[in-house]
Amino acid sequence: MPMNTQGRPTRMADNIATGGYAETTSGSKGLEQAEPLIYERGSAVQTGVDLPEPKGTPSRLGGLARQSELGLPGLSEPETMRHYVRLSRKNYAIDLGLYPLGSCTMKHNPRLNEKMARLPGFADVHPMQPASTVQGAYQVIGELAHWLMTLTGMPGVAMSPKAGAHGEFCGMMAIRAKLDADGQTHRRRVLVPESAHGTNPATAVQCGFTCDEIPADETGRVDMEAFKAKLGDDVAGIMLTNPNTCGLFERDIREIADLIHEAGGYFYCDGANFNAIVGRVRPGDLGVDAMHINLHKTFSTPHGGGGPGSGPTVLSEALAPHAPVPYVVQNGNDWELVEHEADAAGEPFGRMAAFHGQMGMFTRALTYMMSHGSDGLKQVAEDAVLNANYIQARLKHVMTPAFDGVCMHEALFDDRFLEGTGVTTLDFAKAMIDEGYHPMTMYFPLVVHGAMLIEPTETESKSGLDRFINVLEALSLAAKAGETDRFQAAPIHAPTKRLDETRAARQPVLRWHPSESNEMEAAE
Amino acid sequence: MRYLPHTETDRKDMLDAIGVASIDDLFVDVPEVGRLDGLIDLPKKQGELQVERAMSAMSSKNVSASSVPFFVGAGAYKHHIPSTVDHLIQRSEFLTAYTPYQPEISQGTLQTLFEFQTQVAQLTGMDVANASMYDGSTACAEAVMMAARVTRRMKAVMAGNVHPHYVEASKTLAKYSDVEIEVTEPRLGGLETLINAIDDETACVVVQTPDVFGQLHDLRAISEAAHAKGALVIAAFTEVVSLGLIEAPGAMGADIAVGEGQSIGVGLNFGGPYVGLFACKDDRRFIRQMPGRLAGETVDADGRRGFVLTLSTREQHIRRDKATSNICTNAGLCALAFTIHMTLLGEKGLKQMAVINHETACSLADALDAIDGVEVLNDAFFNEFAVRLPKNANEVVDALAKVGVLAGVPASRLFPSQFEDVLLVAATEINTDEDIAIFDKALRSVL
Repeated sequence: MPMNTQGRPTRMADNIATGGYAETTSGSKGLEQAEPLIYERGSAVQTGVDLPEPKGTPSRLGGLARQSELGLPGLSEPETMRHYVRLSRKNYAIDLGLYPLGSCTMKHNPRLNEKMARLPGFADVHPMQPASTVQGAYQVIGELAHWLMTLTGMPGVAMSPKAGAHGEFCGMMAIRAKLDADGQTHRRRVLVPESAHGTNPATAVQCGFTCDEIPADETGRVDMEAFKAKLGDDVAGIMLTNPNTCGLFERDIREIADLIHEAGGYFYCDGANFNAIVGRVRPGDLGVDAMHINLHKTFSTPHGGGGPGSGPTVLSEALAPHAPVPYVVQNGNDWELVEHEADAAGEPFGRMAAFHGQMGMFTRALTYMMSHGSDGLKQVAEDAVLNANYIQARLKHVMTPAFDGVCMHEALFDDRFLEGTGVTTLDFAKAMIDEGYHPMTMYFPLVVHGAMLIEPTETESKSGLDRFINVLEALSLAAKAGETDRFQAAPIHAPTKRLDETRAARQPVLRWHPSESNEMEAAE
Repeated sequence: MRYLPHTETDRKDMLDAIGVASIDDLFVDVPEVGRLDGLIDLPKKQGELQVERAMSAMSSKNVSASSVPFFVGAGAYKHHIPSTVDHLIQRSEFLTAYTPYQPEISQGTLQTLFEFQTQVAQLTGMDVANASMYDGSTACAEAVMMAARVTRRMKAVMAGNVHPHYVEASKTLAKYSDVEIEVTEPRLGGLETLINAIDDETACVVVQTPDVFGQLHDLRAISEAAHAKGALVIAAFTEVVSLGLIEAPGAMGADIAVGEGQSIGVGLNFGGPYVGLFACKDDRRFIRQMPGRLAGETVDADGRRGFVLTLSTREQHIRRDKATSNICTNAGLCALAFTIHMTLLGEKGLKQMAVINHETACSLADALDAIDGVEVLNDAFFNEFAVRLPKNANEVVDALAKVGVLAGVPASRLFPSQFEDVLLVAATEINTDEDIAIFDKALRSVL
């Protein structure tokens, strides 16, 4: 047994082997604190706020005062602080390390953005204040719209979509409205590559279209022969991600655009991967009719553990008149808001949500764009693509790139290098957790077996990439050397061992129930 | 550029390792027509100081809610948010994490979502809630589509005094589906006409309490009538604080409750981001048709409790064109803010906050009602109500803004060419007796 300089066992494993101390009495492990649910900690009489005493005026609730109990536990302020700080420490985050989730663009989130979003003139204004009191807020929307249209080379933009999928909905609704306005009511089929994000087919169906899948060719791009064969006068358009979800630029994009236009359809581009080309390529030059931009990817608004996002959608000349309300217009020195369809210059397809869009994300994204400028944004795309290619080049001798040639901002590997090892893509990903990394996107895109999609982004340093590459190389060699246990047991150094997702789905427990805490206490 | 770590030497070494001569060689797949020569015509990079000056200049053109007597509501409300909330949501581990796809290193987000889902279910008197929608209006739209899937009926009836943005968002989502939405006349007062609109083909009836005019409604009669015809009841709300004082939608027969959670933890933010709350009864038919993410409890390999995203066979990344919704990213960080603020309040704090909101609104209503020609139109309200003015409400609001009072929302801004003399006024715990006195005096002076 290895001993340390003090003559004690070095490894936890040795302790376990000797009947050990892997479990602690408290359930905590050093800095990693066990933390129950607020329902098991708090009580209905505890509170972390001091409010003035009510005056006792008679209520005017029309006999509708609440009779049912709320059952909401409260915690004092120090307990609340500790509860959520402890929970936060069970999360991986971009501020902790490289977060190579392909398609998600986990880049550094500058704190200047946070500071600007909290200026009282942005954070503490109401969307329905009189126009004279929110000119600066309208201006932010207008300025951001200008940046987005200029960067994409598109003449219009709808600012109100609340996330990427909402932006897709916006673009496809505009296409549907345009087709209907032109009497093209027979066009109901949308072509979607099989490598597409799931949001694409889901969105098309929400707009009353049917989906027709286009296969990928052997280079990971749209199979042009299959695409051409699917064109017809019932085609409404194509939804194409570019760079695509394999991390590759669709070389035939201009021809695809021309063919879909000749066939009478429109070209929706999923802009999730705009980070690869921002400042270097304008989608408008490629024949795109509509494209959403994930401000929470390319323009660095934080992901927040699942949102909020923001999905402004740029539109071509043909589609722009169908953009939803509301939108801002500049009239001399004044900014105005057009809120109602009847007041719109074009024929809006409707309203997507209450109020005017994700202002808190607009201020962050505009701050980020102004910081980078046109020169910095071009460098963003170049460094993002450089980093992905560096990873692909450095790992291709041990892992198997799914396709030949250079990639864009993400490197896609398949699981051929794990063949015969007994290690799956999932096991490999979980082993990365033990090494201190968030895994890459797994099993997506669907066109590649056991896919591992690595997007490092431009904010990783070369030395940071080298460390990451060394770890993946070592893991690949370990898998090939037959160290299967290490992968199948992983993660062992995370706050939890591997979680049983099948059980969660088969016996759904979607909320805390009072009875459960009693059981928990009994179990303790 | 301060956000980019590479030196020119790094870049050159990396190009060498890749085996290409220049960065352009990595963009070879971009067709000629798409290759830009030089820079896009936009300003170049700037330091923090310069950017901060430019953004501050725009911010300072706006009148912030805290700087004036403020009574604006109509779907978004100014409340005090404890300092702890903003500190915690800026923790790197919450702020800069992605959707919790790898549960073993996302337990912070997942446990919080589980707490959030339980809080929303408790507040609404429902059995289960999802991990959030974009906002109240899109939650409402998704609920209408869900009701159609559950009942396999294609007709939805929305009360005319549901917030018009919620109605429009629902109509937009349903526009090219088979679901038809009928909206009854908006009117100040009861919901009687709504019952007559329900028939055997009605999938759901959508009601809001407090409604867009601030009026409170007893939903029991409508629920009974809807259920008798096999229709579901969707109860919407724009002011979640009201649930601390008025009867829960679940206790009044609602099958689905949807609403805006912005009041708790999130702040005004000029309309977004907010947090949509979505809850329903525990019925297998319902849960399988819910939109959005769900966090669920499970165990790890050692049998210890943990949380994961679950029932994802409803969702777009698995079901694609057959998904219940196309939603992916939702309002995670706003849901966290909501959960933290609600935990600080607890049952005791929320009830007290709700009572103070109501009492402040009662004081304001008394003050305004005492003005000649001004009439409070609600007989039951929570923290918002409608007043009829002797003049056009738009003009009154503009005149009051000039003297530094943000008086509310003219109803005609939500209902074009209707209710032109009606003003929607909200009061919360932020309003002092002095605010009310200033509003009272200023309103008298402009009438």
